[in-house]
Amino acid sequence: MFATRRRWLSGLAAAGGVALSACDKLTMNPGVQKTLARAEGLTRRAQRLVTDRTALATEFPESRISPDFRANGSTAPGDPEYLALVDGGFADWRLVVDGLVERPLSLSLAELRAQPARTQITRHDCVEGWSAIGKWSGARLGPLLDQAGLKEEARYIVFHCADTLDPNAPEGLARYYESIDLIDAYHPQSILAYEMNGEPLAVKHGAPARLRVERQLGYKHAKYVMRIEAVADFAHLGGGKGGFWEDRGYEWYAGI
Amino acid sequence: MPQVPSSSVLIQRHSLVTRLTHWINVLAVLVLLTSGLQIFNAHPALYWGDTSTFARPWAAMVAMERGGEPVGVTKIGPAMFETTGVLGFSGDEVRGFPAWITLPTYRSLADGRRWHFFFAWVFALNGLVYLSANIASGHVRRNLLPGRDQLGPRHLLVEIADHARLRFPKGEAARRYNALQKLTYLAVIFILLPMMVLTGLSMSPGMNAAWPWLPELFGGRQSARTFHFLSASLIVLFVAVHVLMVLVSSPLNSLGSMITGRFAIRQGED
Repeated sequence: MFATRRRWLSGLAAAGGVALSACDKLTMNPGVQKTLARAEGLTRRAQRLVTDRTALATEFPESRISPDFRANGSTAPGDPEYLALVDGGFADWRLVVDGLVERPLSLSLAELRAQPARTQITRHDCVEGWSAIGKWSGARLGPLLDQAGLKEEARYIVFHCADTLDPNAPEGLARYYESIDLIDAYHPQSILAYEMNGEPLAVKHGAPARLRVERQLGYKHAKYVMRIEAVADFAHLGGGKGGFWEDRGYEWYAGI
Repeated sequence: MPQVPSSSVLIQRHSLVTRLTHWINVLAVLVLLTSGLQIFNAHPALYWGDTSTFARPWAAMVAMERGGEPVGVTKIGPAMFETTGVLGFSGDEVRGFPAWITLPTYRSLADGRRWHFFFAWVFALNGLVYLSANIASGHVRRNLLPGRDQLGPRHLLVEIADHARLRFPKGEAARRYNALQKLTYLAVIFILLPMMVLTGLSMSPGMNAAWPWLPELFGGRQSARTFHFLSASLIVLFVAVHVLMVLVSSPLNSLGSMITGRFAIRQGED
């Protein structure tokens, strides 16, 4: 009786083990990955269908600002060029806007602060599952791009960052970067934030400037932005998926 | 195939749409549950409100150290439970839920999300097919809404007593679902499963811009995440009871009817 039951249970455990390793094999299968990834396009199109282009992410009153806003990804970049910028109080920092633009720009932090600006208190949603509310002030991305004058072929805006997040990765995959399309680039809440909660942006939150793209998850909000590049497509950059985390299997459209 | 005694009659119990959507739903819920736990493991803590009060989650799974050994601990409010091997710490790893119940078994938030959002579409579209077909055909009204005679307190008490003694209707009475069954199916179909979709969409920053009232409905994004988790837990409870009831009532007959559509009813009893 007990022997039979034990045989049953060990049979069940063995079958379970086979099922689990089959699930892992399925997950690692490129064809399965490709099929599953199809849902991303469907999600993006469905969300865009029910969302007005300029629909704003919810803004909160000052009283709701999180006292414990967590910092993720790079929090203290060790890249020598970046450390030199920190030492100089970002006096030598320049924001380059180039690529498919008529008039490439190179702006100092003071010049960026003189651009048309916006302040917003929004909720930051990390892909891990947590949320925090912060107050962000920064230069609006749309007017900045208009000043540079996007060429007609421009489809995406790429953000090149100063931080190496994966030092063990091959060249081109080690440094952080992100990309968004023109709908999000011209969204009224898309800003290059240089202030958080009324203070200059701290290093752990992406000093001197980070992207805020409020209708998407945290990893889209590139920190330590050095260069903004307008491109027709991003296949030639990094792993070709449009961002540091996208190259590692995360969705390019992070509205969900 | 169940053997049908000569004194039995076969009735048509489940339509083709119901049978197909039932099994697609089984697959979708299984994938959503296991990939959902993979996603949960990226931050195994739950909060109320809009934001994460990191120092005070209402529930969390963590790893602690005791005598140089790691132990898994589950916190619910002020209470702490040691859950080594299952929650908090398992398989020599700090992780919320153990490897055997997450998809994939290894830690990968990216892969968990891929599975989850693909099968979320399968689940939602399949649910729409089920609902539209079965509302249009009158199945919901005819077979799922309890009859007036089934809702009297005396009748319900008798049913509860019968369930507790694992005595199930036979003969003519087995032609329709009993009231507890009907109420449970209605609650799952019209409350629990839609809750999963709505609380899921409430966590999407894209949808928040489109429908700001949606997360508000649940008391904020982190509350929605909590309700997503609690609703999923109730679905697990439902599935456990559902499968148990199939096993203790007439396993082959019930299972067979969800495949072939035909259900055998014994005559001349009760």
